[in-house]
Order: sequence, then C-alpha cells, then structure tokens
Amino acid sequence: MSKIVKLKKGFDLNLVGKAPLEFIQVAAATTFAIKPTDFPGIQRPKVLVNEGDTVKAGTPILLDKAMDQVIYASPVSGEVVEIKRGDKRKLLEIKILADATVSHEKSGALDLNQDRAALADKLAASGVWPNLIQRPFGIVANPADTPKAIFVSGFDTHPLAPEVPFLLQGEERYFQAGIDALAKLTSGKVHLNVDGSKAVPAIYSGVKNAQVNQFSGPHPAGNVGTQIHHLDPINKGDIAWTIAPYGVVQIGKFVLEGIYDASKVIALTGSEMSQRGYVKTFTGANVSTFVGGKAQADSLRIIAGNVLTGEKVDAQGYLGFYHNQVTVIPEGKYEEFLGWLKPSSSKLSFHKAIGMFSFLNRGEFKVDTNTHGEERPFVVSGVFEKVMPMDILPTYLFKAIVTEDFDEMEELGLYEVIEEDVALCEFVDPSKNELQELVRHGIELLMYN
Amino acid sequence: MKLLQNLFDGMKPNFEKGGKWEKFHTLYEGHRTIAFAPDLVTKSKGAQIKDATDLKRVMITVVIAMIPALLFGILNIGHQHFIATGAEGTFLDKAIFGALSVLPILIVSYAVGLLTEFTFCVIRNHPISEGYLVTGMLIALVMPPFIPLWQVALATIFAVVIGKEVFGGTGMNILNVAMTARAFLYFAYPAQISGDLVWTYLGDKPAVDGFSGATALAVAYNSSVDGTPVVEALSTHNAALGADYSFMSMFMGWIPGSIGETSTLMALIGAVILVATGVASWKIIVGGFGGAYAMGLVMNALQVNEFMAMPAHYHLVMGGLAFGVVFMATDPVSAAQTELGKWIYGILIGVLTVIIRVTNPAYPEGIMLAVLFMNVVAPLIDHYVVKANKTRRLQRATV
Repeated sequence: MSKIVKLKKGFDLNLVGKAPLEFIQVAAATTFAIKPTDFPGIQRPKVLVNEGDTVKAGTPILLDKAMDQVIYASPVSGEVVEIKRGDKRKLLEIKILADATVSHEKSGALDLNQDRAALADKLAASGVWPNLIQRPFGIVANPADTPKAIFVSGFDTHPLAPEVPFLLQGEERYFQAGIDALAKLTSGKVHLNVDGSKAVPAIYSGVKNAQVNQFSGPHPAGNVGTQIHHLDPINKGDIAWTIAPYGVVQIGKFVLEGIYDASKVIALTGSEMSQRGYVKTFTGANVSTFVGGKAQADSLRIIAGNVLTGEKVDAQGYLGFYHNQVTVIPEGKYEEFLGWLKPSSSKLSFHKAIGMFSFLNRGEFKVDTNTHGEERPFVVSGVFEKVMPMDILPTYLFKAIVTEDFDEMEELGLYEVIEEDVALCEFVDPSKNELQELVRHGIELLMYN
Repeated sequence: MKLLQNLFDGMKPNFEKGGKWEKFHTLYEGHRTIAFAPDLVTKSKGAQIKDATDLKRVMITVVIAMIPALLFGILNIGHQHFIATGAEGTFLDKAIFGALSVLPILIVSYAVGLLTEFTFCVIRNHPISEGYLVTGMLIALVMPPFIPLWQVALATIFAVVIGKEVFGGTGMNILNVAMTARAFLYFAYPAQISGDLVWTYLGDKPAVDGFSGATALAVAYNSSVDGTPVVEALSTHNAALGADYSFMSMFMGWIPGSIGETSTLMALIGAVILVATGVASWKIIVGGFGGAYAMGLVMNALQVNEFMAMPAHYHLVMGGLAFGVVFMATDPVSAAQTELGKWIYGILIGVLTVIIRVTNPAYPEGIMLAVLFMNVVAPLIDHYVVKANKTRRLQRATV
C-alpha cells in the first residue's frame, strides 16, 4: 500500500548556485579521509592501520570498540599518509593517498538466502554498513537489532541539493540488489519515498521489494525524518533504520560483486563555486581540487554538504561519509550599517517583518554566512511550527532539552528528530539559537543516561 | 559610516577584558549592534546560513505598528483640550498641545526603562535585548495624558524590575510588562488614573459649560446605575459641544482616554501591520474581538442592567479593548504559545473584558485585568495543549 503525502509546512530556500545536470571535468581528488566525527554514535574509535600502511578499498581502517562488528573501511586503495589527532589525542582524520586505479578487497557475491544475522554480520564487516543509520538518535545502526522498517528517501530537498536520480544513473541493478538486501534485514517493510511533485524516475518506479511512497511539499519533505513521521512514526522502544539511495547502491554492489565500492557522484554547488556541476569521486574526498583556484580565499566558506546541515571545512578539508555535495558561499564577516532596519528584497528571509520584502522576490537568493543578528532568548512564538511538518511542538521540545527534563524530551518527541529535522528551525529563528547542536545534546542525554 | 565604525573601534579596547570599562562591555555591544548589524558568522557545524530577520527587526515592526495610535493620541489630546475649554484650535495647535503632553511621558518611559534595563544587563552580564523598544512605547500609550511624570518613572521601574528582570529578563516574563506598569499605577495611585478629571487638561481655564471629562466606559457605567439606556447616554454626552460618544466617534477615537487607546481605527491599522508582517498572531486578535462580541451578545440576552443591554458591538470600540487586544494580548512572551492555545487565550481575554466591564462596580475598564489574568493562565492553557500532543504520541505507540 503506497502512500501519497502532501505537506504544506516548510520552506524552500531558493539559492544562487545550483549545479546544472551534467558531469564536469575537474582534477580528481587524490587523498581521501575517514573522519570518526562523521558518526555521532562512535564512542571509542580504534584505528586499525598505521601511517605508511598500504590498504585496498574495503580494508578495515577503524572500528568502534563499543560496537566492534561494524568496520569503517578505506574508500580507496593506496597508502595511509596521516592519522590526524586533535586536542586530547581526539581522532580527527585518517588520510589515504589513493592509487591511480583503485583495487578492492574481494569476497565474492553475497547470497541473500541466508540467515538474517549472518547477512548482517557480513555487511557489517564489508565497509558498506555505516550507511545504515538508526532512528532514534541518528547513529550508525547496530547489526544485532532488527529494525521495524527501513526508510530510503529518494530525493533531497535541501538547498542546492543534487538531483538524486541523476546520481544513480546506470546503477539500477545495484539499487535493486541493495533494496533486496535491506528487505532481508528488517522485520517490516522497506519504504522508498519519492518526490510526488515530479514523474517518478525509472530507477524507482520499477523497484521490487519496497513500498514506494510519494511526498510533495516544501523542504523538509525530502528529509527521511519527516517521511518516517508520516508513514510509521518512531515511539519509545522502536528502532527503524534509514539509508540514503547511494548507500543502497553500495550495498547492492557488495551483494552482487563482493566489493566495497565507495565511488559516488557529488554535486559542486554554491554561488562562489568556480565550476558547478556533477563529478564522480569516492567517499571522503579532499575538496581542494573541486573548489579550484578559489580555495585559498579567506573570504569564502567551503561547506561539506549543504548550507543547512553541512560542515565548514578548510581548503584542504574532506567531505564527510554521508555528504554528496560541496557548497561554496561567501563568508559574512562584515558589519552592516543599520542592517537590522534596512529594507531589502534581496536578503533571504522566511519572515515578513518590516522591511523584509524577500517574500515578494521569486528569484534566487545569494546568501553568506553572516548570522544577521545576535543570539537571544526565545521570544517569538509560532515560527518553528510553520517549518516543522510533524505533529511536534518544537519550542517545547527545545525548552525541555535546555532544562534537561528527560521525561519531557521523550514525551515531546525527541525520538523522532535528529539535527537535520530542526535545521530549518535553526535557520528561521530570529533569536539565532544553535538548535541542531541543542538537539544533539538532548539525544546524547537520552542515549547515555 | 567608516567614521562611526572607527569611533566604535577606538572605544573598543576600553570595553574589552582588562579594559577600564570592562564591566560595561554589554552596553558597548548593545550600541554598536544598533548602529551596525554585527559581523558574526555561523559556526562550523549546523546551519551555515541564517535568516536575515533578527529580533531587532521583529521588535521595530511592533513599534512601527503603534505609531498610528501614537500620532492620533497626540492629536486627540489637543482636540479634547480645546473642546473642554471651549477655545478654538487649529490642527497645528492641537498637535503641538498634544505633543507637549505626550512626548515627556514617552521620553521618561524610554529613559527610565532603558536605564533600568542597562543596569540589569551590566550586573548580569547579559546582552541588551530589544524587548524594551516595544515596552517603552506601550507604557507611554497606556498612560493617562496628564499623569505626573514621576509616576510614569515609578511604574516603569516597577514593571521592568518586578515584571521582567526578576524572572530573568526578556523572553522570561510571565506578565505583559506594560500592563504591569499600568496595573501598578491603578492600584498604587487610583485617584490619578481614574475618575473624570485625569483625561483632559484644562490648565488655568475653567471647563466650558456642560463639559464632562468622563470616559465612555464611565458614562456607560453611570447610565447603567441611573437606569437609562447606555446608547442614549453615550450619544447625548457632551453632544452640545459636538463631542458626543456615538459609535462612530468612539471608533475613530475622538474621546478622552489613555494616550494611545482611544482610536479603534488606529489599533486596527496596527493590527493589519502586525498580521501582514506575521509578527502578531491573528488568532489572538480575532479571538479577542470575537470573544468580546460574543460575550456582549450573551450579556444582551441576560439584560440585568442597562450596561448589559448595550449593543455588543459597542464593546469593541469603547475603552482600551482594541488597543489591548492588538498590542498587549499579542505579546508573544506572555501570551499562550501553542496555536490552539492562542485561540483560547484570545477568546477568553475578550470574554473576561466584557464581564469585568459590566459587572465590576469599581472599575469599568476590563482589558487590563483580563490581559493580566490571562497572562497568568496562558501557561495552564498551553500545558493542556502540550499534554494533548504527548497523549497523541503515546496512543500512537500503544495502538
């Protein structure tokens, strides 16, 4: 029974810097990194290689001693050139210099007609496993759990996000194999959620072993958290898994060919990106070649991911495990005379307060990283509710986290959200609070207490 | 602008850690961010871009929405003065007379209020919040035009300290700050804030024959005591002077009253600005007017006294109901914060206002007490709305 859900609440950020739907020629990235910080659930990371070791794609690099059956594998073959640590020896990056042609650890095709637990163990040891994320909490899934359902969002409504079907061209066979494997892992259904405002692309419409649901509406209609809420919401004690479409493809490749193929297509976007379009690379790629000559400028912000949930990286930084987009926008370190009062129709705003005429502007907005104001207590009410298409009261949830009231956090729905689900709240908040950080803080309180 | 920036930059070392005015750092930041939107950038994790609207812009929107009421109030005070003394006055005469009585109140309200606020910010090392931009204007607009300035100052200090700062400052208060100021005066100095004489300034001139400075609500109340129909009493009040209290003149606001409250039309213009900009909740405003009208109809059905028999729509234009519903009830901090809660909160404010008006013998104006009472009740309303949300989530789990 596929479902059709039409959402009204939310906000589409129409920004300058979309990537045209074509592959472009840029110098290939040569170094790649695994960053334990990409996986919020990792408690005790342990590096399995030393500097100078040679590895293949799929060679285990890292594991979490708290869940050691899951390995984090090298995305490429080559040499481990640096293990970068920060304060208190916190593990930051494991960098690998790639060979010209990638060779893989091979284990032979995977037979799906086997015990669920055995299948899960094989996937966990393959390198593809961290693509599976557990809800609640948004952490890497535990192979020992059986989720009540697995959710795949087949489209991305984040600002400047890549066209997901374009990323998956030519991967139809692997996508199907990945879905088949997922169907074995759950006791319930695999939900594939597609953009209901467009014709369903062939790669999704022909899929077997999954329930195809249609979602339409403004962002965050494409967020898997929103979709779960409307399909089969998470209650206390429930476990569901989510996975992005290219993760499904990676699982499919492991199933059919027995290799961890970390290749993926990413979008180069943003108003200051020197050349916009799509490029083929591998998970954890160094961004310096993508951003080209502009990389050095201090006046630019290079973002691994999108502008709402992404992460600032420096010119020699690396994409995260889950990122499929690089965005470059101007930094906003400037003072603006009476900036809080000046009328404008070119500054992006969800609000219509005096002088903010952006709601009349149907064009694309050029944005920078200025916060446009200082942090304040919560004053305005009813704003978060307008961008939250779930039956959740965001203001009360945030206040429950601020006051560290565990019962309230649970009862108000903290099991249903992770950072990306409140990213729009953080954007529209006139009091400029760091709400994604707050939600992660709340999740950690619930997880570790 | 470079000049101003350099001026700020020149002063900056004094306010930084180790500088001689280190303690007053928050005042420096407060003033600099008024002149220049700050050069802060987003953190390395989380949203990399932020909405161009901040709290300052939201607050200034409310201030702008109150300006029609302020300007009309200034003019009306002059107008009332010339009616009372029987003298001829041009538009300009009235405006100047009004401005001379209103501006000192406005200045005292802002100066005293901001000073109190700054003191707390320095002591607590809080950033200066924008809340007082609105509160300062509101306090002035709910004052009788000829109130002694020291009372304005006292009420302002009371409201800012007891109404807001003791709870933790902007965003934390339970009661609407401006209504707290007004309530303070009402209970501390009842003689100066009620009666027939405080609304109109006569100066050394005698009142013209037949003039009465009673407000519309007082007229209605008195006629109710006398047993005469309220509408008749209102329309004949000061009629010889061409200043009756007909529905239309009350709607326009050419009647005595607090500085900003008399004109329903100006409050509605403010309401249009607030709702169009999305700053105030239309649910509270519609609920407030709707609740008052509905309660007026109920009172019509009961008809125990003449005031109850007054047509329900008169309630909407008398006294401070319109001003209170549009500018006071919609204060997002002290109002209900859930969407359903806003309906309940707004409707009950309207209902309570009318009940207080027609049944309370001591004080015919109900909006002040209604708003304050509902401020106190709002968290309770929200509690049940939030509880319903939790229950839905819980039921979902057990189905």
